[in-house]
Amino acid sequence: MDFIGAYSADNLKFLLDGLYITLIVAFVSIILSFVIGCIIGVIRYSEVPVLSPVMFYLVELIRNLPLLLIIFFIRFALPEVGIKLGLITAAIAALTIFEAAMIAEIVRGGLTSIDKGQIEAARSSGLSNFQTLWHIVLPQGLRRMVPPLVSQFISLLKDTSLAVVISLPELMHNANIVIGHSYGYAIPTLALVALIYFTVNFLLSMLSRRLENKTA
Amino acid sequence: MEFSILTNYFGLYMEGFYGTVLSSVLALIGSFLIGAVIAVFRITTVRALRWFGTAYVEFIRNIPLLLVVYIFYYGPSALGFTLDGFKAGTIGLAVYTSAFIAEAIRAGIMAVPKGQMEASRSSGLSYIQTMLHIILPQAIKLVIPPLGNQFINLIKNSSVLTLVAGLDLMYFADSISTETYRTFDTYIFVALFYLVLTLPLSYGVRVWERRLQRKY
Repeated sequence: MDFIGAYSADNLKFLLDGLYITLIVAFVSIILSFVIGCIIGVIRYSEVPVLSPVMFYLVELIRNLPLLLIIFFIRFALPEVGIKLGLITAAIAALTIFEAAMIAEIVRGGLTSIDKGQIEAARSSGLSNFQTLWHIVLPQGLRRMVPPLVSQFISLLKDTSLAVVISLPELMHNANIVIGHSYGYAIPTLALVALIYFTVNFLLSMLSRRLENKTA
Repeated sequence: MEFSILTNYFGLYMEGFYGTVLSSVLALIGSFLIGAVIAVFRITTVRALRWFGTAYVEFIRNIPLLLVVYIFYYGPSALGFTLDGFKAGTIGLAVYTSAFIAEAIRAGIMAVPKGQMEASRSSGLSYIQTMLHIILPQAIKLVIPPLGNQFINLIKNSSVLTLVAGLDLMYFADSISTETYRTFDTYIFVALFYLVLTLPLSYGVRVWERRLQRKY
């Protein structure tokens, strides 16, 4: 184990460059998958004819496939049918598709957990279906969704590491290269990378706890 | 769609399929055993064990699976022995999933009303007897759906074996696509092999969940 060699200034800078890509890709994917997941979740919840069943099968299909396969497929298989995406775009697209399916289920679950009486009361008070959803169901549902949503975001951040399969220069990819220089670097590098992931995710879950307290 | 890929390379697909199934089943057994022990640690009255259990779960859940796999893949060679990709991958999967299974088991045990423990302890049963005969049989019913979900995740996550040359579906698909030059078709069939495993399991979990809901 060579801690001094592994933690040379060059290696540390290289790992931080990777962390930067990890955070950028995770951040953009979190925003996109949240928006798309909310839309699909609401469609699933509202039981729109044709559209809702189609979304159900789509979400089921994606949720039952490995993310690694989706990332690989988007980057290396889609070009064969004319869809060429750049490295970072492909990673973000794959993560967004996969996590949006997960988030859609969380959103649908959160919305269905709202008491039926609330909807009946709102509808009887003269609110339209959409008004009921927007003013009554969504605000209450979102509050219940915060904990599962945040753990899904943590999953997403961890899942960015799977983009090593398309050589996205994120944290794990760069760690892999550092380890490639010498076996002695393996344990020190992996320990440092674990600490980085843990810290970022721990901060995220702290944020979620504060958010919960605020909204509750 | 080139169906001849499936027929011509069926042997390689099956070899990968076998690797994926074997790794997932072994990791499930391993993660269940570790997870059960950690769950017990987390609910005992011994403070040191409780602390260890919490630290284990929190640490593992906040780092990527790939990192855990790398630890078992690169770590041993730094210490002077080696684990091949399949072994390192399967052990990594088991360790990673055990943290999630521990939480599922703990939640199941906590869901059994406290009065049950108090009643059987007052009837003269020991703590261990109460756990084995009263609490666990009731908890297991609640634990089956999350356990099923973890198994689905395990099957999907086993695809990371390919990143350490672990002889799974994704790994063999890579050799098939380099021979056929048809990445798109090759990986569509890979997706089908995964769905053959995950879709029936997802369906089973949903049926079981509905049965539980009806009962309470």
